[in-house]
Amino acid sequence: MPQTLTAPRRLHSIRDTVPTVDQVTVEERAAAFTKRSIKTSAKLAGLKMVVSMMDLTSLEGKDTPGRIAYLCHKAMQPMEPKYEVPSCAAVCVYPNMVRYARRFLGQKPVVKIASVATGFPSGQYPLRSKLEETRRALVEGADEIDMVIDRGAFLAGDYRKMFDEIAAVKAACGAAHLKVILETGELVTYDNVRLASQIAMEAGADFIKTSTGKVQPAATMPVTLVMLEAIRDYFFATGLRIGMKPAGGIRTAKQSLAYLVMVKETLGDDWLTPDLFRLGASTLLNDVLMQIVKTVDGQYQNADYFSLS
Amino acid sequence: MSALRLEVRKTYKLFIGGSFVRSESGRSLCAKSASGELLDNFCHASRKDLRDAVAAARPAADGWAKKSAYLRGQILYRAAEMLEARAPAMTEEIARSTGAASAQARAEVTLAIDRLVYFAGWTDKFAQVFGAVNPVASSHFNFSIPEPTGVVAVLAPDEPSLLPVISLAAPAVLTGNSVVVIASERFPLPALTFAEILVTSDLPGGVINILAGKRGELLPHLAGHKDINAIVNASGVEEMERELQAGTAINLKRYASRKMTAKDWFTEAAENPYWIADTVEFKTAWHPIGL
Repeated sequence: MPQTLTAPRRLHSIRDTVPTVDQVTVEERAAAFTKRSIKTSAKLAGLKMVVSMMDLTSLEGKDTPGRIAYLCHKAMQPMEPKYEVPSCAAVCVYPNMVRYARRFLGQKPVVKIASVATGFPSGQYPLRSKLEETRRALVEGADEIDMVIDRGAFLAGDYRKMFDEIAAVKAACGAAHLKVILETGELVTYDNVRLASQIAMEAGADFIKTSTGKVQPAATMPVTLVMLEAIRDYFFATGLRIGMKPAGGIRTAKQSLAYLVMVKETLGDDWLTPDLFRLGASTLLNDVLMQIVKTVDGQYQNADYFSLS
Repeated sequence: MSALRLEVRKTYKLFIGGSFVRSESGRSLCAKSASGELLDNFCHASRKDLRDAVAAARPAADGWAKKSAYLRGQILYRAAEMLEARAPAMTEEIARSTGAASAQARAEVTLAIDRLVYFAGWTDKFAQVFGAVNPVASSHFNFSIPEPTGVVAVLAPDEPSLLPVISLAAPAVLTGNSVVVIASERFPLPALTFAEILVTSDLPGGVINILAGKRGELLPHLAGHKDINAIVNASGVEEMERELQAGTAINLKRYASRKMTAKDWFTEAAENPYWIADTVEFKTAWHPIGL
């Protein structure tokens, strides 16, 4: 992967080398993934897989150490053991909350700690403070960094700046995984999403992620499909497997299964692992748990029987 | 020319969340008159339609209960006004469905309107009547107030086709509950037509949902559904009674049985104010005083 850092392509002309996206086709294809019928045992396996791929997220100004401890507890054991629900992949928190998450999860946790960084959610901060933030989060115990790109620079055509920032943050991350948030809701067109994905991957992203969750629209099926196709083409070109993380706006179990179908049919089974696919969500987990209990027990559930999300 | 014209017949749809939807299952049934002739087709609700109806009723109940008692009364009264305006059409619907004489059908509609007005009046009175200030030995002001239980499932009897729907749904709805009504299995069309009146009466979508189809098919899902807080059963079928009660034990939902004959619905027995108390929860507060 490092070779992409030292030998960036001619960024001024990168727009010409990235394929354009046909809006109608991509939206129709994305809609088709929601039509699959997944029932009983396949549904149950799918839902458990969704839980194992979830970055349980709390990114609010009102986050307290207590709320983060609760989040970690829920991520470690989302449901009573008899339902055999796996742990979530990670918790996703603000940098100031990383230390509390680490304190709660311990040193060899089953649940990883992801921290947003680099001036989340806008990214409109100097590079120095972005790097400082990243290093601090890592020192405090983050395993993964979710950085935001500088959308202002990207939309102004300053792809070099965007690329260099990602590369610099990647260097600061060292062994920690880097997820690059494109904030597709602000990128306006699918062509831009495809281009930003390409730049992020070439700059060293381990994962590309749709949204911060602070901007509407957040993750949608078509936008995720565009990014998955960018990942697929990048894999064919370089042999490198980049991960994908749709985040924000995925609220129901049914939606989350449609995302799994889309990943499987675009990238294949290799990507159906928490190492290469994550779902960022705060309220999705309870709906998935309700569906799991419904599938196991056979009765429709009520939110009052589930812990707060 | 008129001889060549094809009649434009409607398929009656389910009423869920304030809109008319076809069954998720794509199924339909034939509504037959008492004498057995085909009237129209109607959608045959599946367990997933029941699930959707409850999912619509749940958020609707929150908003509905927060509205002032006075406003809830106004809206129920508005429903009565709309029914009055469409009384001839409703009369015709009942008459052709059940084979009742026109005068008898008209009497049912009139009584349905009056009963809506009657229950509309209870919205700002039931709390005073069923609530209480309780004498206690300590220096506390102690009072109990009734609050809506949440989502109520209502099983209507086969006959009459309209009156029980109103007599069962209104006492539940007036306190701030939302309801899912399973209409008469034999004559579902008048209840589904009543939905067309509700949709024009300022009633927020999802407060009253009306399903039609086969009761027996929905029953197990109704009883075990943890998001239904109460069941009011007027189906009059003995086996259903047993099945529902066994199911309600799972989540301790409220269960009320209405043992009424077809004639009883036309009497004051169907205006029993204690029916209101069957779908409320009492909250008791201890307020310290005179320290």
